[in-house]
Amino acid sequence: MKFLPLVLANLKRHKLRTILTTLSVSLALFLFASLRTVTTTLSASSAVSSASRMVVQNATAFVIPLPMSYAARLAAVPHVQAVTWANWFGGKYGDNKKFFAQFAVDPESYMKMYPEIQIPEDQKQAFLEERSAAIVGEGLVRAFGWKVGDNVTLQGTIFPGDWTFTIRGIYHPTLKEYGDDSFMFRYDYLYEREPTRVTPGWFIMQIDDPDAAPLVARTIDDQFRNSNAPTKTGTEKAFAAGFASMWGNVNLLMNTIGMAVVFAILLVTANAMMMNQRERTSEVAVMKTIGFSDRRVFGLVIVEAAVISLTGAVIGLGAATLLPVVTGFGEGGFLPGFRVTPGTQAVGASVALLLTVASGVVPAWQAARLPVVQALRRVE
Amino acid sequence: MKIPFIYNFRSVTNRPVSTALTALGIGLVVAVFIAMLALANGFIAALVTTGSADNVLLLRRGADSELSSGIPREAASIIAASPHIATGADGAPMVSPETYIVINIPRAGGGKFDVANVVARGVSSRAFELRHNVKVVEGRRFASGQSEICVGAKLRGRFADVNVGDVLRFSNRNWNVVCRFTADGSSFESEIWGENEQFQSVFRGQGFQSVLLRLKDPAGFDDAKRAFLADQRIQVDAHRESEFYKSQSELLGNILRFLAIMITAIMAVGAVFGAVNTMYAAVSSRTPEIAVLLTLGFPPRSVLASFLAESALIALLGGVIGCLLALPINGVITSTTNWASFSEIAFAFRVTPMLMLSGLAFAVVMGLVGGFFPARRASKLPVIQALR
Repeated sequence: MKFLPLVLANLKRHKLRTILTTLSVSLALFLFASLRTVTTTLSASSAVSSASRMVVQNATAFVIPLPMSYAARLAAVPHVQAVTWANWFGGKYGDNKKFFAQFAVDPESYMKMYPEIQIPEDQKQAFLEERSAAIVGEGLVRAFGWKVGDNVTLQGTIFPGDWTFTIRGIYHPTLKEYGDDSFMFRYDYLYEREPTRVTPGWFIMQIDDPDAAPLVARTIDDQFRNSNAPTKTGTEKAFAAGFASMWGNVNLLMNTIGMAVVFAILLVTANAMMMNQRERTSEVAVMKTIGFSDRRVFGLVIVEAAVISLTGAVIGLGAATLLPVVTGFGEGGFLPGFRVTPGTQAVGASVALLLTVASGVVPAWQAARLPVVQALRRVE
Repeated sequence: MKIPFIYNFRSVTNRPVSTALTALGIGLVVAVFIAMLALANGFIAALVTTGSADNVLLLRRGADSELSSGIPREAASIIAASPHIATGADGAPMVSPETYIVINIPRAGGGKFDVANVVARGVSSRAFELRHNVKVVEGRRFASGQSEICVGAKLRGRFADVNVGDVLRFSNRNWNVVCRFTADGSSFESEIWGENEQFQSVFRGQGFQSVLLRLKDPAGFDDAKRAFLADQRIQVDAHRESEFYKSQSELLGNILRFLAIMITAIMAVGAVFGAVNTMYAAVSSRTPEIAVLLTLGFPPRSVLASFLAESALIALLGGVIGCLLALPINGVITSTTNWASFSEIAFAFRVTPMLMLSGLAFAVVMGLVGGFFPARRASKLPVIQALR
């Protein structure tokens, strides 16, 4: 510890070089952590989805709806406690600059199914009583400045024409990952206008025992296998994971870029450390002459590399952690719940340690092995 | 008076490790830059080449994708009688009413939920003539009235049962795969094609999703569009096929480009810092040399230019390394879901000569930016002091 002032003095010698190198490291770790967070956020949506809720979709294609009559038959399946259903609306709002999901839901059963949707009791009652009522997430309120009582008109793409809703409630999700930018309105309102086309897009079921999920899925899928609308049943978790897999090779891409970033910065740091050592050849020789052991010289160089890498890591990881919070990037939108996890921070810290070793070991070894007599000869 | 470039060249080769590390750092930035833009370009190119400029795609008014569209059979017949449609060799109109649906097919070796949404397009026999780029490379076209399908070339290897001779099961029916087609790398290569009448009955009952037609007069798009929009019996929007698919690529294409620029910009700052360090070290270790140059009568701006050139040389070397690193990904097939159409599209990375040139230019800019302050310090060295 008593050699710390010496290390700091060395670092101060080329202030600019030290600062630039540290900043490079922090940029690298900022990027690394942000890229990794994209993948963890994508998979987090499956982590927060419930294992005791199951989804039933049309096995052929998710865009083909299921008959309404399935609701009663699903409710009769053992372990199923409650059933609700929803439809994808796919409307456009205003200039269509911001995409948001719109669902037609069966109000009462849907609110019971999703306790994650927090809404004041009086607003909930208003939603249950008025056919053209809609509830929206806080994210949409932030984006469009809506308030309770506003009329909002959407242009249907699947169900043509203008659809006007009255906002009767604003919900708040219990978990950020759940997202707060959905627009929900009543299934019966959709059905009223398009009675020949509208049947449920998918069913959601609550089961009493998550372990029974495979059995429930098998029972339901077998029951409807040879019908006009065969089903695909699975836990909400499985569907969310399947949805994440639709991104294809995004994970691989993010990880590859993350590696390239770290490697590029490793080169910058290693280069800086080597330049430092080259300039200090003669003083290392002097230090050795006055009694510094080879190991101590080695250690001093490594500690110097560690100070640069770890300072950079703290700045970079700190920025990556704080930035989404400060800018509100993680508040819904494209990647709801975008947040640097402790796991990512730990990985980032290990990367910094690795950087220390990889950038410091060659110059440290050279310094330790320096032949004193030869080096001193060059001292003027 | 200029300082000969050989001076810089020799200086660079004199400190190979430092040069190599700096160049490699810049090279990695350039490689990521090229690779990410090659991804974005590949995706956009796949969709842009999908459409043809003399075809018109009709969708239901208000629909922004084929998936959300719907055109009743009666409307399709009315459209087919339009005088704006070209006629084929047999005198019949060049029109293909199509069904379009995304079906989920398990990936090869994946589980029940590891699925991809693949487009199943029901086409008329005209579709192969309407789309110049579609070529059957194996087998024969599906026959009318049969449970037969053609599969796009890019599905092979990614899904099970998609080779000619296989039987693919979807929608409670077995379909014989009778042909495989290519389409110049466009998104059609990620689709399954069958006869529209067959697909219509098994998927969504009556009606089509879109009508594709060839214009009699390629320049008459506006006239045709006006006529279709004015017809009260049909509620459609007319899009040029090429523009429609281009617009489908905008959402994801822009996200990919934005990501590419943002990531490489941050990386570039780090690499520039590396170049700054290297060049400062070069200047300070060569202080006496620079003083000699100045004493000999080289003006400061020559020294400035000389060090800038040296920095640019290192960066250019890095740029070349970056191009070489990125080149092998050219043609590599990757896939992602296009959220505009909700279907998975396979496409190839496209490393174009233009892209490599911009990578090199990017490298040189990094070098010049990183070299500027060190070069300025060199040009402003106080001669007497430095010579001591």
